[in-house]
Amino acid sequence: MDQIPAVIVDGIFYAAWLFVAAVGMTLIYGVMKIVNLTHGSFYALGAYAAASLTGAWLAKGYPPMLSYGVLLGSAVLVSVIVAPLIERGILRFMYAKDEVVIMLITYALFLILEDTIKLIWGVDPYFIAEPYGLLGSFDVGDLSYPTYNLILVGIALAAGIGLTLLLRGTRIGKLLLTVIHDPEVSRAMGINVDRFYLVTFTFGSMLAAIGGAFTAPTVSVVPGLGVEIIVLSFAVVVIGGLGSLPGAALGAVIVGLVRSATIHYAPEVELFVIYFVMALVLAFRPRGLFSLAEPRKI
Amino acid sequence: MNRDRTLPILGAVMLVVVLAGPLLPQWALFLVTIAIAKGLVALGLMLLLRAGLVSFGQALYYCIGAYTAGSVGRFFNVGDMLVQMIAGAAVAALVAFILGFLLARYRGIFFGLLSLALSMILYGLLVKSEALGSTDGFNVLPSTVLGIRPSEAWVRYVVAAVGCGVALLATALVYRYLRTPLGQLAPAIKDNEIRVEYMGTSVRNAIHAMYVIAAALSGIGGALAATTVGHIDPDMAYWTTSGEFIFITILAGTGSVVAPFLGAAIFGIIHTVAFDLSPNTWQMSLGTALLLLIVFLPDGLWSLFTRRKAA
Amino acid sequence: MRNFRKLATAVAAALALAPAAALAQDAAPVKIGIVTFLSGPAASPFGVPARNAAEVVTELLNAGKAPAPYATKGFGGAPIQTVIIDEAGSTTTQVTEYRNLVQRHNVDVVIGYVSSGNCLAIAPVAEELKKLTNFFDCGTARIFEDGSYKYVFRTSPTQTMDSVGAALYVHDAKPKLKSIAGLNQNYAWGQDSWGDFEASMKQLVPKVEVKTSQMPKLFAGQYNAEISTLLGAKADVIHSSFYDGDLEALLLQAAPRGLFKKSTGILSAGETVIHKLAAQIPDGTVIGARGPFGPYAPNNELNRWFSKEFRDRYQVPPTYPSYQMAQAILGVKAAWEKAQAANGGKRPSNEQVAAALEHLSFEGPGGTVKMANGKGHQSIMETAYGMSKVVGGKLTLTNIKRYPAEKVNPPDGVKGADWIASGFKK
Repeated sequence: MDQIPAVIVDGIFYAAWLFVAAVGMTLIYGVMKIVNLTHGSFYALGAYAAASLTGAWLAKGYPPMLSYGVLLGSAVLVSVIVAPLIERGILRFMYAKDEVVIMLITYALFLILEDTIKLIWGVDPYFIAEPYGLLGSFDVGDLSYPTYNLILVGIALAAGIGLTLLLRGTRIGKLLLTVIHDPEVSRAMGINVDRFYLVTFTFGSMLAAIGGAFTAPTVSVVPGLGVEIIVLSFAVVVIGGLGSLPGAALGAVIVGLVRSATIHYAPEVELFVIYFVMALVLAFRPRGLFSLAEPRKI
Repeated sequence: MNRDRTLPILGAVMLVVVLAGPLLPQWALFLVTIAIAKGLVALGLMLLLRAGLVSFGQALYYCIGAYTAGSVGRFFNVGDMLVQMIAGAAVAALVAFILGFLLARYRGIFFGLLSLALSMILYGLLVKSEALGSTDGFNVLPSTVLGIRPSEAWVRYVVAAVGCGVALLATALVYRYLRTPLGQLAPAIKDNEIRVEYMGTSVRNAIHAMYVIAAALSGIGGALAATTVGHIDPDMAYWTTSGEFIFITILAGTGSVVAPFLGAAIFGIIHTVAFDLSPNTWQMSLGTALLLLIVFLPDGLWSLFTRRKAA
Repeated sequence: MRNFRKLATAVAAALALAPAAALAQDAAPVKIGIVTFLSGPAASPFGVPARNAAEVVTELLNAGKAPAPYATKGFGGAPIQTVIIDEAGSTTTQVTEYRNLVQRHNVDVVIGYVSSGNCLAIAPVAEELKKLTNFFDCGTARIFEDGSYKYVFRTSPTQTMDSVGAALYVHDAKPKLKSIAGLNQNYAWGQDSWGDFEASMKQLVPKVEVKTSQMPKLFAGQYNAEISTLLGAKADVIHSSFYDGDLEALLLQAAPRGLFKKSTGILSAGETVIHKLAAQIPDGTVIGARGPFGPYAPNNELNRWFSKEFRDRYQVPPTYPSYQMAQAILGVKAAWEKAQAANGGKRPSNEQVAAALEHLSFEGPGGTVKMANGKGHQSIMETAYGMSKVVGGKLTLTNIKRYPAEKVNPPDGVKGADWIASGFKK
């Protein structure tokens, strides 16, 4: 039973990582009703941008403590460049199409971006290990953890709380809720729906890129990095309820804790435990844990 | 609606394959057979799509069909492709019948995601089962037909012809089914489910029936793919496989029961050409080709055949 | 209908064009299909180093710039031409592309395949199409244990050798060891590697305690929880057959937590990362290279030639996948030329080359390769393990032990698992 603290800590770290990686997907779905598979591309783009820019930063001998800012900056930079290009250049012409068709378009874009990344960065792995070890480590029981993990927890909290405040407390947030509820009426009322879509897509993609950027120091950045994250994000936001912010948070925590518990107590079933949880939740709560009742139009 | 010539067209295509088959190179016969196998899965997806349902996990039944076909060989030493396809369809239909009680309650994206989760659970189970070769899978017995093993020069042709025949039969049945009141309910369910209920029909039962039919078709497709490729592995249940099937279905359009097969063939050709011309960037070529097809043929490839009629 | 016709014409043109572009060179070249990962996570550690090796070796062979006994130009005087195909995608894709290679591109030989699943799927197809096919890297022992082939070969040793070698080395280096733990990817390669290692350890140290066997998903990327469990398990050694991105991620995440300082790590496929992650590998970690490759390669002329040419062109030292590819090409060349000599100097048929390659013993940059198992279709080689020691920022290997081929490979006709269970009986 002495493993329980480790289970919880491991679970929370994994949940924080998952939440940062997945929250953008739920945001974009919530606002635009797009199941966005380029999410994985932005995760990879963020990781690559962070790896090369932070790598260059450290190689120049600039203060390593500021490398965390560079990680964040590179994610913001790459998503601000690429996301509007995709949304304005391609996606906005497709909004009239079926949900599934738009999803397929994002799949095609994902394939294109996957090779674009390969053309820019090549296939060799990138490492920027330094930020991971820089902050030292702390102990839980007799296990030590790099303090870096707390940064991810911080980002997850900041993203979750920030988004909630933005949606609930500001005028923009209220307008956005209107757009979510009924884009056509919103447009008629004079809200610039296009701009909301552009900003939402960019911001949602930026969150994915930030997830990738802050994962970069802990992994080797290689082609195919973004594939796994797509389905993982899917699972998390579906468990919570598509489009729901607290849902995504709860989904991430559940998946994180369940996964960490299986690794400690029953490692052989880790492979499909996430999907098992997803199927179980959907079986009892068909729309996920946090879901609004949808009006049935007669 | 014009006079429907679907069945004569199908018959003619079948005839062409049977007559021209011996002239085709083996690699082309192989491509055709794989296209038929994938087309069968896409046909099932098309049935669901007509009712507004998209399954992100149809690979579940494709994989069940393939593993049934493989197991029939591995554990009972039967390599007959007809037996394999019938067994594949039966097992897939049975599983779908059971899961259907759950899934028929779901709509929209949630139907898709629950099917995705189920197929990924099967993937996980197969990876863990070392008796079935884990991720490496295992080889399927060489194809025989009615107990006869065709010579190596002819086996591709025989497999293609038998696959084509079975697919034709299945497609004709689906075609008949679509003409029944139950089959014609699908677009109505897509438009407005509650009105359908008010008519006194059970939407849930109609969807359940469609779901089982789609699974049986995928099961046949999986078994055909297994005997054609000669090897099966858990990747057949992975979500990327399901994604490919959805792509084929959307690419093809829902205009006709023939469309999915055309879609599968075009998809296979684009894939092969992209592999050939740009081994390092085939994903980009594939993505671009698919993007262009969606943009310029929004109603699927089948609209190429119907556009003139509409004009 | 007109639209459709346009589309059909375009497709037909594209299909017809593809092989034609690759054709047209002088004097009946030998066409080799090379299949390896060019996209996805396996591209960087395996696929691209292997492709690079194929390019540099075929070019040098065509120029006649290889040392003896490979100094003849090309394959027996005929220039080599390569068709390179990406190994990514499902086995269905790979079988399709294999058939295209053989029947549309008309290649003479196929050399390739990293994934064991692909090897298992391709083997019967190669047999059906009667096309000489040499697997250069995949590890599963099942190919020749479960089947018997005429046209299919593998010039690289199996995963059984890696696991048995690792166990022998650990037993030699740490005679007092009491407990082991595992961290392997949850798919066939990881499961088999751990299974054979665990079984071998139980033979060597009957009382050994297995603390835990972690099996994370392939390409999971996040290993905090696994590392916690392993830290808690406090096993004497931790066996891992991780490779490429997963291994790199594991090392990056394990280093700050001191995992491989507290337990000795045995990284059976660790050699691909030692040049990149020297700082993250604590001294004393056991490193394998899946055979006598890379730092374990013998100091002979072939190795000096290969590693120098490779380094000159790509600025990095060749890792084991590059060695395996070079060895696979050289093996086929040796057989080709032997068959050509037996055929009175005329171009040999696939059957003649296959017959020549059976039971052949040839030299590669990794030393002697004996096609001794699988009825002469599966190679055995000596293997080596060593311990890491960082000297001046560079990872070097110390305490290297070599194990002769017969000591780490089962005798012909005996399954690896049975051989281990019998206590490595000859």
